[in-house]
Amino acid sequence: MQFLLALIVVGPLIGAVAALLPAPPGLKGKSPDQAVLRHGVTVTGVILAAAIVLALGFDHDHPSKIQATTDISWIPALDVRIHLGIDGISLPLLVLTALLTFLCALYSYFKMPSGPSPKAFVALLLVLESGTLATFAVLDLLLFFLAFEMVLIPMYFLIARWGGAQRTQAAWKFILYTLLGSVVMLLGLLLIGLRAGTFDMVALATDNDRELSTSVQVIAVLAIGIGLAVKTPMWPLHSWLPDAHTAAPTVGSVLLAGVLLKMGTYGFVRILLPIAPDGMETFAPYLAAFAVVGIIYGSLACLALARPGAKGDLKRLIAYSSVGHMGFVLLGISTMTPTGVNGALFANIAHGLITGLLFFLVGALKDRTGSSDLDTLAKESGAALYGRAPRLGGLLAFGAVASLGLPGLAGFWGEMLALFGAFKPADELSRPAFLTFMAIAAFGTLLTAAYMLVVVRRVCMGPTAEPSGAPKLADVHGYEFAAWTPLVALTVLAGLWPAALLGLTDPAVQQLLAGGKS
Amino acid sequence: MTAAASTASAVSGAVESSASVIQSVDWVAVAPPTIVAVVGLAVLVTDLFLSERNKHLLGWISLAGLTAAGLFLLPLTDSHRSTFCLSGPRATACSYTVDEFTLVIQLLVIGGALLTALLSMTALKDARSTDKELPEGEFWFLLLSSAAGAALLPASRDLATLVVALEVASLPAFALVGLRRGDKRSSEAALKFFLSSVTATAVTLLGVSFVYAATGTMHLTELGEKLGNVDGQLDTLAQTGVVLTLVGFAFKVAAVPFHFWVPDTYVGAPLPVAAYLSVVGKAVGFTGLILVTVVAFPEYADVWGPALAALAALTMTAGNVAALRQRATRAYSAVRLLAWSSVGQAGYLLVPIAAAGYADQRSDVLEATGATVAYALMYAAVNLGAFAVAALVGRTQALNRVSDYRGLYARSPLSALVLAFFLLCLAGLPPGIIGLFAKVTVFSAAVDAGLGWLAVVMAANVVIALYYYLQWTALLFRAPQGEPVKHRVPAPLTVAIAVTAVLGVALSGAPQLVLQFAEQGVR
Repeated sequence: MQFLLALIVVGPLIGAVAALLPAPPGLKGKSPDQAVLRHGVTVTGVILAAAIVLALGFDHDHPSKIQATTDISWIPALDVRIHLGIDGISLPLLVLTALLTFLCALYSYFKMPSGPSPKAFVALLLVLESGTLATFAVLDLLLFFLAFEMVLIPMYFLIARWGGAQRTQAAWKFILYTLLGSVVMLLGLLLIGLRAGTFDMVALATDNDRELSTSVQVIAVLAIGIGLAVKTPMWPLHSWLPDAHTAAPTVGSVLLAGVLLKMGTYGFVRILLPIAPDGMETFAPYLAAFAVVGIIYGSLACLALARPGAKGDLKRLIAYSSVGHMGFVLLGISTMTPTGVNGALFANIAHGLITGLLFFLVGALKDRTGSSDLDTLAKESGAALYGRAPRLGGLLAFGAVASLGLPGLAGFWGEMLALFGAFKPADELSRPAFLTFMAIAAFGTLLTAAYMLVVVRRVCMGPTAEPSGAPKLADVHGYEFAAWTPLVALTVLAGLWPAALLGLTDPAVQQLLAGGKS
Repeated sequence: MTAAASTASAVSGAVESSASVIQSVDWVAVAPPTIVAVVGLAVLVTDLFLSERNKHLLGWISLAGLTAAGLFLLPLTDSHRSTFCLSGPRATACSYTVDEFTLVIQLLVIGGALLTALLSMTALKDARSTDKELPEGEFWFLLLSSAAGAALLPASRDLATLVVALEVASLPAFALVGLRRGDKRSSEAALKFFLSSVTATAVTLLGVSFVYAATGTMHLTELGEKLGNVDGQLDTLAQTGVVLTLVGFAFKVAAVPFHFWVPDTYVGAPLPVAAYLSVVGKAVGFTGLILVTVVAFPEYADVWGPALAALAALTMTAGNVAALRQRATRAYSAVRLLAWSSVGQAGYLLVPIAAAGYADQRSDVLEATGATVAYALMYAAVNLGAFAVAALVGRTQALNRVSDYRGLYARSPLSALVLAFFLLCLAGLPPGIIGLFAKVTVFSAAVDAGLGWLAVVMAANVVIALYYYLQWTALLFRAPQGEPVKHRVPAPLTVAIAVTAVLGVALSGAPQLVLQFAEQGVR
């Protein structure tokens, strides 16, 4: 088991190096470009298979136990250890990452984004995968920071080299925001590590007579929280996200929304909740308040973008909707109750699946029509995708209703549990405040429904027989079906059978919140 | 230079006791600096007999000499030897000691000189083909003498040898800076460097004489014991002496307010010399500072501890803010940026020494100075690498502006990747893992010593520095202006870049190699 986990983390890195080397004889393919793209599909496929095997071999009776652990001393001078392991919280995220990266590699194999050589593209994609998988698998604070930073460079280049208009500025803004955030986070991590005498997350989480005083915890939570909140992103630190999403290539957007944002919320659950509960308690009401503002702000921004004549970009709109969805995740975490945190983790996965799908769909739409601008697409009456490309339109409508939280689909459970958590927050927290937050957040779901339906109406509906004779669009290709079907299927599955996921996360969350006692 | 050491120790020895003047010398212990000095003299003599065509042989001789000196460090590992000791009853003080600290710094100095020599071979060859010729015999002689002084310094354990070694390391450096004949900038830089350095040396000498007057000894270990019980009347004299001595070393590390010479000197000097000054010159200053503060003046830790902490904060802030204000299009801005960044890095290097002033236990002191040594080793490898790439770019872009690095990736992908790695190491960001962890050790040294405010200042500086390092790094990967032209990279330069890159990557994979010094201290 531990070899499998080590392979999952290191495998993509080796694959990245191999991608830069010339292809060995027998694997040359039709052209060097095709060979390297195929290499990307193979490596991510192997990693996905390994992740699935790992999930099957995972002891589902004890999901709160850290499994498949590797623990090697790396830098004794600083007591940094290569400590890997997974539990019910990280396993779903690990599988989601492996799945989304594989689908992205598959999609790029057929539809390489325009830009320089695919060699570097595949290598960067694999480094990105390794960094994200490592973030979810490491159990050492400094390694967590390293993994957290490791994804920045590939993402920067994916945006700056294969992106659309304004890509240089967007990439620069992305790296500057997240870097500054993570440097602040590093200071918080160092504070915890130096004060407690260890960087080991498991030891820190289970150490019940902690040496961390409340004031240290408060400072640490503030510092680490800022770093994670930039990544999540929490309003008002979100402004890099819409730019980055708008400029990024389809694959970059999918991974950014589907996986990278989850690293921030995962950090909240994995580091802040168990290690600095006192500090977290101080900031939980503020976090919840910012989260709720984010929900409303994201929805209002989307509504404004969806208006006719607003020149709203669809990618930008989905990015803003991510701010709102991540607001629910943060609200769930800030309740500090098992219900809320479970809801947050569920919403995390659901958002990864649904938003990943939506970015794929918008990317495909942009490839076909040359624009993702809502006004250009819809003109006066609507883009009429139902008529011009019925399957694409149907999928887009599916993604939209899943995103607005239709019961029976994945988006529903997470947000509902987060609201439940806010209804009855942890005993130390002020209930009236959280009831207010709950009410506002619930209003946010209505707004979400409103803009999503506006988008569906403007993009999918409309008169098919336009006087100007809109060109017929190519409907969903085979490879697109292959890349999207897993996401659709999992969205439905998670919506109909939420227990599969909650059964994994719940025991682990219970243990984390109880300070290591199960 | 060895002669100087022996005279110095003989003089102070004669003061202590009038016992036998004839000593046996442990030649193996003194071999590394001696070899460097002897080869330097040999090069100077050989230069007279070589025709213009064969001058390039001098470079190879120097390289061989430095390599030999490096190899002679090997038999000394795990040993603790002393020579030029006081004779007579109860005399334990020695002028020349080889211990782990000495060896690590000597390795740094000789390695740094070796890499400088590699850079210089290309620079001299390029100079030969233009009219701005550099006199080769003199160049190699000066470089080797300076390196010999720098290698002697970590081993010296009395103030006279220390000052002599410091001057042996510095004086040739002035000449190296001004070596470009007929270049106004070069001579101006040399003059600036010379005047400020000589002032600092004079002040140090005054301080040393005060300390000697107050205690009657030159040996660092004896000073450490005697300074504690100085006669009440001489107390002020001793204190003044301590402060004045430190001033000289503060100049060598280019601490505020002695940092103004750095950018002009680096720009005026031939690039390899600037690289040498930024690494070996700094190492010399730090070694001296550690020896003087921790070994000789521990009694005055409450004086120099806070003073160094303040200097560290000011130095890193001044360096980083000035680097931030560099315009990318100004002539020589790349070298200027590296110069200011080296001032900022010097600030980080000062932090653990200041922390040592606050330590209660001997082991804490050793750990703190070990953090400086670990950081210095990281900095040496990475900064020399950055200068090596700058030298490479400087061959085609004579003005060496930061904006000339735009699109370097398209022109020569490997050197761009390597430079990006070096810059990220200096910034302390992954994948420059060693830079990150070296900064973490320095940071934790400050926190352990209770210098929370200094840790905060350092954190703010790291963030400032991030901006300009990152901007430069991002520039490497921008689209180039105009057609990229490929150039052949000369072999010595390739070797230098490759060696530093391999060192950086290896240390990033196994940071323990240098960080062990921060854990156990350098004994």
